Amino acid sequence: MKEDNVNIKDPVLSIRNLSVAYDKGNYAVKDVSADIKRNAVTAIMGPSGCGKSTMLRAINRMHELYENIETKGSLILNGKDITDMPTIQLRRMAGMVFQRPNPFPTLSIYDNVIAGYKLNGIRLKKKERDEVVERSLRDVTLWDEVKDTLHKKGTFLSGGQQQRLCIARALAFDPEVILLDEPTSALDPVATSKIEDLLVKLKENYSILMVTHNMSQAARISDYSMFMYLGELVEYGKTKDMFTNPKDRRTEEYLTGKFG
Amino acid sequence: MPLVSSSLNEWGNMNSAAKITVANLSRRTLKDKLFKGLVLFMSLITISPIVLIIYKLVEKGYRQISLDFIIKTPPNTFEAMTALSNGELIPGGIANGITGTLLMVVLASVIAIPVGVITGIYLYENPGKLLANLTRNISDILQGVPSIVLGLIAYMWIVKPITSGFSALAGSVSLSIMMLPMIVRSTEETLKMIPESIKEAAVALGVPYYKVILRVLIPTGFSGLLTGILLGISRILGETAPLMLTALGSSVINLDITKPTSAIPLLIWEFYNDPNMVDLIWSSSLLLMGMVLTLNLVSKRIAARTK
Repeated sequence: MKEDNVNIKDPVLSIRNLSVAYDKGNYAVKDVSADIKRNAVTAIMGPSGCGKSTMLRAINRMHELYENIETKGSLILNGKDITDMPTIQLRRMAGMVFQRPNPFPTLSIYDNVIAGYKLNGIRLKKKERDEVVERSLRDVTLWDEVKDTLHKKGTFLSGGQQQRLCIARALAFDPEVILLDEPTSALDPVATSKIEDLLVKLKENYSILMVTHNMSQAARISDYSMFMYLGELVEYGKTKDMFTNPKDRRTEEYLTGKFG
Repeated sequence: MPLVSSSLNEWGNMNSAAKITVANLSRRTLKDKLFKGLVLFMSLITISPIVLIIYKLVEKGYRQISLDFIIKTPPNTFEAMTALSNGELIPGGIANGITGTLLMVVLASVIAIPVGVITGIYLYENPGKLLANLTRNISDILQGVPSIVLGLIAYMWIVKPITSGFSALAGSVSLSIMMLPMIVRSTEETLKMIPESIKEAAVALGVPYYKVILRVLIPTGFSGLLTGILLGISRILGETAPLMLTALGSSVINLDITKPTSAIPLLIWEFYNDPNMVDLIWSSSLLLMGMVLTLNLVSKRIAARTK
């Protein structure tokens, strides 16, 4: 692994020897170690099935939903091992956005934003709720579009708006890091570029870790990039360096479109 | 390679299709028309029973339907006979049957809905587990158990040891066993239709598992669950055989679940056995049919609205 050009101080997240297996001994992620920079966009690239989504989901302990997924190694978020945290605390600190927009179909736009509070039974005063909703929706530049229809169902929005609503839902918890799993792959180019602009803006306040198999997207918006192949972290470095001067032959072949 | 040869065959057929003669074509058109006619005819056969049933029920039953029919209990044989010989309508109604049916259906639902929904959730959550597969199969078998046998079982469980006599409770238990498999199945199928992504969205917010089910999955699939429940209710509304062995029947309005109770289908059976009451069969059947049809239509509407 060639990560010698990455020297990140005070990382928001440290991945240490992470391995994830779906069946015994069949590893989808193999012994990955990396530090993720604070207030930056880090992209995880790689061909389908390379383990990038699997790694991202391990950070949120999503794998606990399914039996017989085995996770080894450690993940240190803000200096604390994630397995020592209660899941609710971890998931407040590490918000997750999925490939397809998935607002709760029974909830209004307003309730979708504060769903994390509502569903966990965390009570907020009306004023606090209004503040959280407005701040989160402003953060994702959705406020002006929906401020008059806050009590309509979230599923009435367009795909791109729904995805921004889902980002707002993650932001409502004021997380340390936002994990995005190919957040634009189900969206049209206009909605995609809105989300990309948004992510660049959001890194002022949040750390962003994003899986993408769109190389040009990684080149456009990320500060750091990882290239994964067959479960291994092949190369990790500043996006600019990696795209201009890849160190590993496999990275170069992927970036030049020879496979993937 | 079979794939290639089959596609070659298709090409061959297309070539010969291009060469069909006029006579050939008219024969094909005729065959096509015959088949279309046959399909239409068979569909008409399928819908004709329900049309004929409703027509007959309305024709023979509408005269007896009135406010009295709903709020009064049935006349005795003598009253009915007098009315018949005077050429009048039979006095009284089936209030005892209506209240009994409602009482037992509500009680059966109270038993079957929680058990069925929770079992359905269990099946959805543990698709591959041995116990889940066993439960699913047994639930399917339960659906095929003859209803009279369920009546016998409720007789053994409730009538003899618990209420020491025929009772609405025993009737409700037998009806709830009939409803149960339908609710289990519809709950499982409804939950399966909810995209995994909705569940993940809730889990990613740190929502504990039981709350994901109670506050996200069930509300999202609510109309599906409701449809299953309504269909289950419409299924048991007209059940007669198990009630004969459990609720027995009653000539007065009874709301005590430990006492014998009437029901609309039981009354129809009783009227059938009394030549003077025959006219009441039709109006009772009309009312029962109306209730079942309404429930069916309502549940179809709900199901359609959510698709």
